[in-house]
Amino acid sequence: MDADCMSRYSAFGLLRGALGGQRHWQPAWRDPEPKTSYDIIIIGGGGHGLATAFYLAKVHGLRKIAVLEKSWIGGGNTGRNTTLVRSNYRQKLLHDFFEFGLKMWEHLSDELNYNVMFSPRGALMLGHSDADMTRLAERGDAMRVSGIDADLLTRDQVAKLEPLLDMSRTARFPIMGGLTQRRGGTARHDAVAWGYARAADSLGVDIIQQCEVTGYIRDGGAVVGVQTTRGRIAAGRVGICVAGNSGHVAGLAGLKLPIESQTLQALVTEGVKPMVNGVIMSQSLHCYISQSDKGGIVMGGDPDNWPSYAQRGQPMVTGHAIAQAIALVPALSRLRMVRTWAGVTDMSFDGSPIIGETPVPGLYLNGGWCYGGFKATPASGWTYAHTLATGKPHELNAPFALDRYRSGATIDENGVGPMPNHR
Amino acid sequence: MLLIACPHCGPRAQIEFTYERTVDSVVQPAAPADEAMERLFTRANPRSIDDEIWRHSFGCRAWLVMTRHRATHEIVAIRAAGPEALP
Repeated sequence: MDADCMSRYSAFGLLRGALGGQRHWQPAWRDPEPKTSYDIIIIGGGGHGLATAFYLAKVHGLRKIAVLEKSWIGGGNTGRNTTLVRSNYRQKLLHDFFEFGLKMWEHLSDELNYNVMFSPRGALMLGHSDADMTRLAERGDAMRVSGIDADLLTRDQVAKLEPLLDMSRTARFPIMGGLTQRRGGTARHDAVAWGYARAADSLGVDIIQQCEVTGYIRDGGAVVGVQTTRGRIAAGRVGICVAGNSGHVAGLAGLKLPIESQTLQALVTEGVKPMVNGVIMSQSLHCYISQSDKGGIVMGGDPDNWPSYAQRGQPMVTGHAIAQAIALVPALSRLRMVRTWAGVTDMSFDGSPIIGETPVPGLYLNGGWCYGGFKATPASGWTYAHTLATGKPHELNAPFALDRYRSGATIDENGVGPMPNHR
Repeated sequence: MLLIACPHCGPRAQIEFTYERTVDSVVQPAAPADEAMERLFTRANPRSIDDEIWRHSFGCRAWLVMTRHRATHEIVAIRAAGPEALP
């Protein structure tokens, strides 16, 4: 089998490999030593950073690109989320951005030649009161005006979609209806990081793991490279893409961001037969329930709501999430929890992300994803690549500039004001 | 869960407390616009020690200032909040 056949995954290749006892597998990406200089350095080897590198190479034709990762790729929030993919936001700037991403998810496995297991099983938001239903109707209308699918559901329609929901009138959280986005769903989180890494590597991107940035090389005021635990590396442009560590890595350049790092937890139960059909969300409660392809019920809830860089959460918050999930789907109470995890989320001051330039020439920022970054991975990479390649924002990320907090043009979906907690 | 020594009530479980904001984000009424903007909308957010305002919400309800390491969760110092720290 020639090298091309080996490197491109296919059903035929799998069959051929089976005849040889599956001994044909090669590492999916190289483990290169850092070069002395690159055109663009991306700090952070999560899904967003790897996607950015891939689109820089594929769309913008750049070849001298490095992704620097302090640990292993996909080991931060890419591996610590609830894998939900949707674009059901109320505000146009947000739903246009996430819809652009959702359309990318729909053909991402083909684009990467890697199965990211995107499963559009539907994302259902529950309404628990008249006010909730008004809010959901308004959100659905706003989405449909922008050409995004949204269906307002009656109580009976919700009961039919998810038969195990507690639909009784005496339920702790009575269900009056819902809003579903049928094209929403879940994806395999690790595969997203690995698929982007493999595709970027095949286009010449150097993915350098165990390489932590400890400072910047400055020329006058501008950033012209990075200091790392593996030496100095020069760069034309440097892009921060480190989620919960945004404050720390920007702080190395003397920047104070509109971001505070907090912990967000999730958990999974033992695997069981199918019992939750799609994604069940209640944003009035802040509860997210879905079933993984392995059968485990994945649940998430509120952030811990206090600053932390530790990738571990507080049991009292886990308990709160579980109590909400059990109130919605009582049958969950019979399952055993097998694992909990926590990620460090970059809570921004209007709840929306930041993609664009910083006040430091040569230094760019992609962060502030709060607890909603996974679904944005393709769109984030696409727009950040555009910004890093051209020095100008893509039309989709132009409103998400860092200076919007100073100008007053914040994008506050929840109308909370300048608070990173209580979102 | 943290064990937080309230200056008024003694050691209590974290579940009785709520985090409010960092000390450096408190805006004085007479602050110039640029300073108010920076204090309202940015944080040092260090991966190390910072001064934070917490409240013993489900206890004595008093405000307190906690100096705390954000990666190890070590509490370095706790003191009652004076008027200068109140938001």
